[in-house]
Amino acid sequence: MTSPDPLMDAAAAALFLLLVTGAALLFSSYIHRVFSGGVSAGLPGRIERAVYRFIGTSPEEEEGWRGYTRDLLIFNGIGFTALFALLLLQGVLPLNPQGVGAFDPLTAVNAAVSFVTNTNWQVYSGEVSASYLTQMAGFTVQNFLSAATGICIAIAVMRGLTRRPTDRQGRSIDRTGRSTDRIGNFWVDMTRSVLYILLPLALAAALLLASQGAIQNLDAHVTAGSQTIAMGPVASQVAIKLLGTNGGGFFAANSAHPYENPTPVTNLIEAFLILLVPAALPFTFGRMAGAMRQGWAIYAVMLTIYVAALGGLYAAELAGNPLVGELGVSGISMEGKEVRFGLLGTALFATSTTATSCGAVDAMHDSLTPLGGMVPMLLILLGEVVFGGVGSGFYSIVGFVVVAVFIAGLMIGRTPEFLGKKIEAAEMQMAVVTVLVPGVLVLLLSGIALALPGATGNPGPHGLSEVVYAFASMSNNNGSAFAGLDATGPFYVLAGALAMAVGRFAPAIAMLALAGSMAEKRPVPPGPGTLPAASPVFVAWTVLIILLVGGLTFFPLLAMGPVAEYLMMAGGV
Amino acid sequence: MKEPLRRAVLLFALLAVITGIVYPLAVTLIAGAAFPFPAHGSLVAGDDGRVIGSALIGRNFTAPFYFQGRPSATPVTAYNASHSGGSNLGPTNPVLLQQVAGRVQALREAGVADPLPADLVMASGSGLDPHISLDAALVQVPAVAKARGLPEEEVRALVMAEAVDSPFLGAYVNVLSLNLALDRKEGEHGAR
Repeated sequence: MTSPDPLMDAAAAALFLLLVTGAALLFSSYIHRVFSGGVSAGLPGRIERAVYRFIGTSPEEEEGWRGYTRDLLIFNGIGFTALFALLLLQGVLPLNPQGVGAFDPLTAVNAAVSFVTNTNWQVYSGEVSASYLTQMAGFTVQNFLSAATGICIAIAVMRGLTRRPTDRQGRSIDRTGRSTDRIGNFWVDMTRSVLYILLPLALAAALLLASQGAIQNLDAHVTAGSQTIAMGPVASQVAIKLLGTNGGGFFAANSAHPYENPTPVTNLIEAFLILLVPAALPFTFGRMAGAMRQGWAIYAVMLTIYVAALGGLYAAELAGNPLVGELGVSGISMEGKEVRFGLLGTALFATSTTATSCGAVDAMHDSLTPLGGMVPMLLILLGEVVFGGVGSGFYSIVGFVVVAVFIAGLMIGRTPEFLGKKIEAAEMQMAVVTVLVPGVLVLLLSGIALALPGATGNPGPHGLSEVVYAFASMSNNNGSAFAGLDATGPFYVLAGALAMAVGRFAPAIAMLALAGSMAEKRPVPPGPGTLPAASPVFVAWTVLIILLVGGLTFFPLLAMGPVAEYLMMAGGV
Repeated sequence: MKEPLRRAVLLFALLAVITGIVYPLAVTLIAGAAFPFPAHGSLVAGDDGRVIGSALIGRNFTAPFYFQGRPSATPVTAYNASHSGGSNLGPTNPVLLQQVAGRVQALREAGVADPLPADLVMASGSGLDPHISLDAALVQVPAVAKARGLPEEEVRALVMAEAVDSPFLGAYVNVLSLNLALDRKEGEHGAR
């Protein structure tokens, strides 16, 4: 292999991130217009209003956080039921040229929870077990709807934090003069997220990928000599799995498969698609708050950790695996990697997919070098706030920002407030739930898993890494895996479904409650005692809080897993 | 409770039809009309018109007169294009090190000289990687030329002609395409 050139690669990565930032800035303005009703004119507006008439609602009819949460949970419950039923019935339904049978019920529960929660953890192999109808009307649908659910929550949280006007009694009111602890209409937000944001982007991305070699057909598998080549409607699934940070591959090999990700260029396009919406949401927040500095501050926190992670992963893989080098092999470790992506393409994809809650992979994370593999694990363990999932990344980092504001306030003796609204006990409780629930799930369930008979695919510290990665991935709704682990046993299937559901909905409900409580608060004008939450110092402080919470929670596990394995490798064991 | 449930069912049904039926079928129709070749798998046909493989999907070449692709860890058989996947062996796993050592030895016995590029002895993530690095092709030139009874320079020139240069990856080669070119070349010299 021609050895990679770190300087060229650093320049290319910088250019890539510049493009992401530029696109996110532009797109954030569009998202802002969508949710303030600014694009609901002309033909799209007529279609949108027809939808509202059909289901019997209107944009003026807003809910408080309890109503919003209730609607969201019911909608996701319907989604789960429909997908579960489809998985059990796929054997007798059309668009099944390979004649695959039903999912067994346990796997179906796991897969349905997985796709509804935007996790896309997969205990089945797509090309073997899923019919084309399941891929389209099951998985693709939930890829859209779970991502849209995330956007809805994020937008509702933004409204809660930013709604300003107050009436004479000091209660918040909106322009129409109603008291607003109200944070929006879920049905309207859902409709707009799908029709205006995800659908047009997915359509364009799917056609772009199809033009480059991603397949899109309903053909039966093709026989070519001794080889049988799987087919299917791939591009339409891949486009939304990336844009929606879902990550569930059409094929078992996910975006390492040449039909999902055929060229070096599609690889960069795919990494870009993963980051686009999560990177835009902090700016959307800045626009909504009328304070772009606040959006930039949150974006800076994310970008700082992203760049450090990318650099770390790249350096670890560049250093390679000396145990393989001793055998007379030259170049970086290529186990689990594709030639066409190169080191930079692989590192960019692995960082992007675990910084967000995507979980699509273009290389097998289980076969990365010990420290290279620790980076994706750590990004997931930090709670996926580095861009994070579509929507979930934004509302989770708001949890961290609230904690950061509160601790800083305590330390310097100022009233903790964010955007002029006081942070009190109720908000802190909700923020702490958001910050800590995924970590508690990881530690508890990994502990139980380790007490059970082994399912790991690799011995020693790497086996521990596999277990921790699995529960980190499920609790934080990522979906990627150290896939040597056999996660098809009943414990992993059921505990995993629990982790995915709690890891998704506990932080979501907590942040909606926080939004409801903040929406009621009267903002106070900033005074000399106000802690500026958009300064470089505050950005550095928030980065520190995120690393501190993640570090304190997981340091022992990381030391016994990837770090111990690195020392073994370096010592030549 | 009844009203939200009614709305949820209606909105779900509507969005499921749009995103799960209309959207994928629209992509299928447009892609099938605008890019029929890639949309149906970039399939390559032989002289008799039968499909011999896909330009994007690697296949298992084991004969000494062909360039080898990357090792493949797909289930059941190597290069199983109906069940993709990697080995998922960790970097310190003795099984991985044994496998690599075995492949190194096999290549040396086949007359391929050190140093061996990693992509030639380590399995790809998809198990279907259609490419090898240019270096991995070049180290195989003497062995393949000998098996074919072709001059080494001619085979090397063929490899260089097939190489795709890429600024960030180094050059790489599509193995199926290279082997087909090799067969055509030998055809010019007289059928084997």
